[in-house]
Amino acid sequence: MDYFLSEDIRAIRELCSEIAEKHIRPVREELDRENRFPHEIMKVLADSDLFRIYIPTEYEGLGLGTLSLCVAAEELSKVCAGVATTYAANALGAMPILLSGSDDQKKRFLPGLASGSNLAAFGLTEPDAGSDAGGLRTRAIRDGDSYVLNGTKQWITNGGEAKVYTIIALTDPDRGARGASAFIVEDGTPGFSYGKKEDKMGIRASATRELVFEDCRIPVENLIGREGTGFMVAMKTLDNSRPGVAAQAVGIAQGALEEALVYASQRKQFGQRIDSFQGIQFMLADMATQVEAARALTYSVARMIDGGVKKFEKEAAMAKVFASDVAMKVTTDAVQIFGGYGYMKEYPVEKMMRDAKITQIYEGTNQIQRNVIASALIRETASREK
Amino acid sequence: MRIVVAMKQVPDTAEVRIDPERNTLVRDGVPSIMNPFDAYALEEGLRWKDALGGEVIALTMGPPQAEAILREAVSMGADQAVLLSDRAFAGADTWATSHTLAAAVAKLAPVDLVLTGKQAIDGDTAQTGPGMAATLDWPQLTFVGRVLGIEGGRIRVERYVEGGVETLDSSLPAVVTVLKDANTPRMPSLRGKMKARSLQVTVWTAADLGLPQSETGLEGSPTRVVRIATPESRSGGEIHRGSPEELAAILADILLGEGGGE
Repeated sequence: MDYFLSEDIRAIRELCSEIAEKHIRPVREELDRENRFPHEIMKVLADSDLFRIYIPTEYEGLGLGTLSLCVAAEELSKVCAGVATTYAANALGAMPILLSGSDDQKKRFLPGLASGSNLAAFGLTEPDAGSDAGGLRTRAIRDGDSYVLNGTKQWITNGGEAKVYTIIALTDPDRGARGASAFIVEDGTPGFSYGKKEDKMGIRASATRELVFEDCRIPVENLIGREGTGFMVAMKTLDNSRPGVAAQAVGIAQGALEEALVYASQRKQFGQRIDSFQGIQFMLADMATQVEAARALTYSVARMIDGGVKKFEKEAAMAKVFASDVAMKVTTDAVQIFGGYGYMKEYPVEKMMRDAKITQIYEGTNQIQRNVIASALIRETASREK
Repeated sequence: MRIVVAMKQVPDTAEVRIDPERNTLVRDGVPSIMNPFDAYALEEGLRWKDALGGEVIALTMGPPQAEAILREAVSMGADQAVLLSDRAFAGADTWATSHTLAAAVAKLAPVDLVLTGKQAIDGDTAQTGPGMAATLDWPQLTFVGRVLGIEGGRIRVERYVEGGVETLDSSLPAVVTVLKDANTPRMPSLRGKMKARSLQVTVWTAADLGLPQSETGLEGSPTRVVRIATPESRSGGEIHRGSPEELAAILADILLGEGGGE
């Protein structure tokens, strides 16, 4: 389908596709097997300016917006969602600074993220605070010109690899979520260390670790926005990053569809290509239709955001939930079309199926997305009835 | 450093056929690419620009559509692009091509270094680099697998020659032809692609270079292609089956010329 993408965004697609073919496809199986972080690939993405695309031009970015990030994440995810997660998690980590940081903070941190010399990570989730961010325990207590952080963040993408961390912690524990604030913590700050690297089902090229704060002292200049706005910063961050997860899901699904199409055209049973069987044809047709619908929804939301619409949490959640469910369905069907071969690690579709699963879980489970959508619908109906 | 990278647009060799009537390459429908060896020359130029400062100028001679490889060079980091294009250049052999490229290098003066691929994958002559050096009366360093250093107006390279490596030191300016061993060409950057899109390619004609028609194109080419033929494709080899001992005996017979082999 023609989405009338701008020349700049078409150039991003072309470049990401070239990088994916040359630098990612040959190593994806190995990265997955060895749980290995793709340092070399991040360097290639950085040298190709791909970390600049979503950062405003004032901070050495290219200012190409959410749609550009979606197209990049989709294209990389077609070949390896683990690498794509590593890339896209930078945008997530940078988002609190982009959305709510001061000009000074933007000047200090964004150019390094734009060039790709520094990676970023976002730290919200804790062992006891997943879907319920109200259960946060990490504290940030003001002490003179600094804040002192104590607590543990869990399952942080790019943990241990990033230089810049945006962290949500409680400055006023008595007020619950309203007592949360957002901070910037740099790698190497005394009292800030990393827990073990997780051994995950999928997206294994990405690094997922615990962040441990033990009397970690950071300057007051690293507070993002005002005290007490941390929860809002986190929610705004997630609203803005969800189209990126949706795009990742679209990419994974597209990758699986393409594998299934090629396989079905080559595999012969009962003396003929299996794509000559209606049973397979209908599966392929449904897969392609679902992927296109997910892409259309994702791009539409990205364009809404780039167009300056202020309220898009419902649409962003819709794109995330729809595209990630499609990714799970389409990758499962791709494995089915491959039959026994699909279940084997020599073929890429079982990895795609494992990778797809996380898109239904992270940056808000799909159940939470449906909560967001439903409460927006109920609010909209109530305001119409007034 | 002012570095010129001379490059050629070539048909993707995997797709090439020869017109048996006209003895020329059939280019219709064949995708055109930057000569792969020239990509290594470009990367080498970009690396030395990164290290020493200066600029890289991508240069080619060809029809207007050859500017595609110049834009590709700019997307990878070249600063300027010059296309030598004129009907008078058509049909040039390596002598006329070298002559024309050298005239452009002279016009781009002062140039410290000309880099180019060791050969083009279509003609396979490996003559244009040395030809430029001869016309310019500059030193030529061919089949370079590694540029060791550029300092104080001199360049030090390793030539990968039959059976060994020759380390050479030369004054600059010089012409260096590069092997695939030299480096790994970088990916284009997004900013490079944006620049390449809006770039105004400089186009020079024979008149711009001050070259008379007798020195360019077909008229300026002493070489004539008499015939191009496609070699007959070889049939498959012999396949023998048997135990290792039997196979060893068969192989020994063949090698000794008694087994009916060639």
